[in-house]
Amino acid sequence: MMTDPRDASSAGGPPPRPDPTAAVEPDYLRAEPGLRSWLTTTDHKRIAIMFLIATTLALMLGGTFALLLRTKLLIPGPGFIEPVTYNRFFTLHGVIMVFMFMVPVIPAVFGNFVLPMMVGAKDLAFPRVNLASFYVYVTGAGFTLWGMVHGGADTGWTFYAPYSTISPTDVAPIAIGVFILGVSSIMTGLNFIATTHMLRRRGLRWHGMPIFVWTMYATSIIQVLATPVLGLSVSLVALDHALHMGIFDPALGGDPVLFEHLFWFYSHPAVYIMILPAMGVIAEIVPTFARKHQFSYNALAYSSLGIAFVGFLTWGHHLFVAGISQFDAAIFGVMSMFVAIFSAIKVFTWIGTLYRGSITFNTPMLYFFAFVYLFAFGGMTGIAVATTSLDVHWHDTYFVIAHFHFIMIGGTLTAFLGAIHYWFPKMFGKMYPERWGLVSAGLVFAGFNLTFVPQFLLGNAGMPRRYYSYPIKYHILNVASSLGAYLLGSALLLTLIYLLVSLRWGKRAPANPWGSRGFEWRTPSPPPVHNFVAPFDPAKGPYDYDQPPPDEVPPVST
Amino acid sequence: MSAAATSRVHVQYDSLERQHDTARLGMWVFLGSESLLFAGLFALYAAYRFAYPVEFHAASAHANLVIGTINTYILLTSSLTMALAIHATRRGRRRETVAFLAATIAFGLGFDVLKIVEYAGHLAEGLAPGDYYAFTALPAHGVVLYVTLYYLLTGLHALHVTGGVCVLVWLALRAQRGDFTPQSHIALELGGLYWHLVDLVWIFLWPLLYLIR
Repeated sequence: MMTDPRDASSAGGPPPRPDPTAAVEPDYLRAEPGLRSWLTTTDHKRIAIMFLIATTLALMLGGTFALLLRTKLLIPGPGFIEPVTYNRFFTLHGVIMVFMFMVPVIPAVFGNFVLPMMVGAKDLAFPRVNLASFYVYVTGAGFTLWGMVHGGADTGWTFYAPYSTISPTDVAPIAIGVFILGVSSIMTGLNFIATTHMLRRRGLRWHGMPIFVWTMYATSIIQVLATPVLGLSVSLVALDHALHMGIFDPALGGDPVLFEHLFWFYSHPAVYIMILPAMGVIAEIVPTFARKHQFSYNALAYSSLGIAFVGFLTWGHHLFVAGISQFDAAIFGVMSMFVAIFSAIKVFTWIGTLYRGSITFNTPMLYFFAFVYLFAFGGMTGIAVATTSLDVHWHDTYFVIAHFHFIMIGGTLTAFLGAIHYWFPKMFGKMYPERWGLVSAGLVFAGFNLTFVPQFLLGNAGMPRRYYSYPIKYHILNVASSLGAYLLGSALLLTLIYLLVSLRWGKRAPANPWGSRGFEWRTPSPPPVHNFVAPFDPAKGPYDYDQPPPDEVPPVST
Repeated sequence: MSAAATSRVHVQYDSLERQHDTARLGMWVFLGSESLLFAGLFALYAAYRFAYPVEFHAASAHANLVIGTINTYILLTSSLTMALAIHATRRGRRRETVAFLAATIAFGLGFDVLKIVEYAGHLAEGLAPGDYYAFTALPAHGVVLYVTLYYLLTGLHALHVTGGVCVLVWLALRAQRGDFTPQSHIALELGGLYWHLVDLVWIFLWPLLYLIR
């Protein structure tokens, strides 16, 4: 058992109960310097920063693979890499982006950082479980990366049986890595559920919480209930690959489609693990920069739970051409469309919040506009592919690739970028350069569209996904898509550079640079170790823009 | 196990009671997650049994009903001794707590030993999973799925039993040291909850694997 470093001094004595009126604590970044205190910290804010570093590295690695793939696809025929290397690259791109970036990124970074503050807690319910979740993540990532260097995998991130059980590449360590990453995800979800239930500040009702907490709660339910099934199904593939258990082997009477059922039972809800936190971020950004109360708090809160619930009943839409019955396909198709209803409720609520608001066009807000456009577009193409007759045409083509990249990159990545700009002042006590932010947001949007709109057209024209080469008639659109990918990559690199620069040279951030009413802004930037100087008044709600900012916001400490 | 394993009030809690309630909630959520891990295998079992009812029936006739039934009694009794250990702690009887925990550990180890004996018997007959299946009395097709699922389900369960025994040893050492008081023994309670889940899973495995003949 690790001991909590903050409590180490009080062993044997009465537990330390910080007096809110006592002298201001040092902020969490400066409280205990040294690498060792960072690596053994149980402070949710520091763990969030460690996750931010780890997931950013994952994004860079996954993005590098994406750029290599797009570079190969600049020319139709054989290119600078072998076909099997190409297969390895798209597998690793998918595995890294999904399991090491998209799934953990917003919960483990921003959820970790702001959720305890949003419920008025001094930390998460289980701080050591939280720290352990980071090391479990690192272990899982280590397994995956080792498998990648050792032999890679050429199955795609979906590990479809029976190919994944007989592939000559090293499927087992990568599958085990995915299993371990899943454990980390479960630990995060468990912590958030317990924190939301038990650690809300006295007087903070469920309906007084920021929407971000609701979306994190809905995400956590999916993480806790769906991830074990993913863990099981990839473990079965690993066992099969390493020991020939043959549980999905048709030669022994097994059914490979059962793997798809088990896999998508997790991996479709996992899409909502990726997009719900993004929606939570957006729901915080919009009222802040529109200076208005949420258009409908309840609709936003309950539509998150609705998506989490319906999300469990839609997995079959990945199997329309895998031999499931027409009846099943119809049910799964309709259930999938229900998700669109809840999503539309959210989009219209944000639009309603904007209506007659006093809108500030800065970087987080620009990312909100990118998000709404890309998410709505991606969502509507989702309805299209949920329609069985259309899906037969588009299944396993670039249309599907473009569709889910619109949701995952257009949705989650833009929300991630919006979140990092929105909470950057709170996390680091520095301002990012607004002008660079606006420029790079514009470039991300342009690069994204240039990358993925051509892929819709390619898919509709019949280009299958995961192919190493293609007929010459797809050439121009592929070149456009690759150029878009370079633009998107450069824009992300630009963002990384100016954020790193402003860590050191940025302007000092006040406690509440946006004039937000959110709870996490009612404390200095960066926050003290135990988050608040004085308890905030939850009766002054997080979206109460009719009132002046609460006077709990402390002055900037010098 | 969790932050609440120690009896100090952590800084984010108002009271020890609140902290313990939170730990209990966390444990229940974890148990829910664990159930879904087994549920995946149960789903596979359901699908394959539906596809191969005759083969499953024939294969299960070769399960070792005697050992399976003895193990059922062992696990059920171990849940009783676990509950008695917590009861003894609540009454402040340290020595009884340690004794009941030791009994629970012994039952858990006994379960594992019998399981190994059972596995050894099956493997000697050629009732092995996947490609290793070499049982001459029954053709492999369909039957091997039952056998593989038998090993996967009981193997995953036995891993949980073994993990549980490790936790119980740790709890027994702490109980011996006098860490648990009648008011504060959350780690013991959480360990007990986990042990009951292990028991509960077996109550499903026993009929599904041994009694369907």
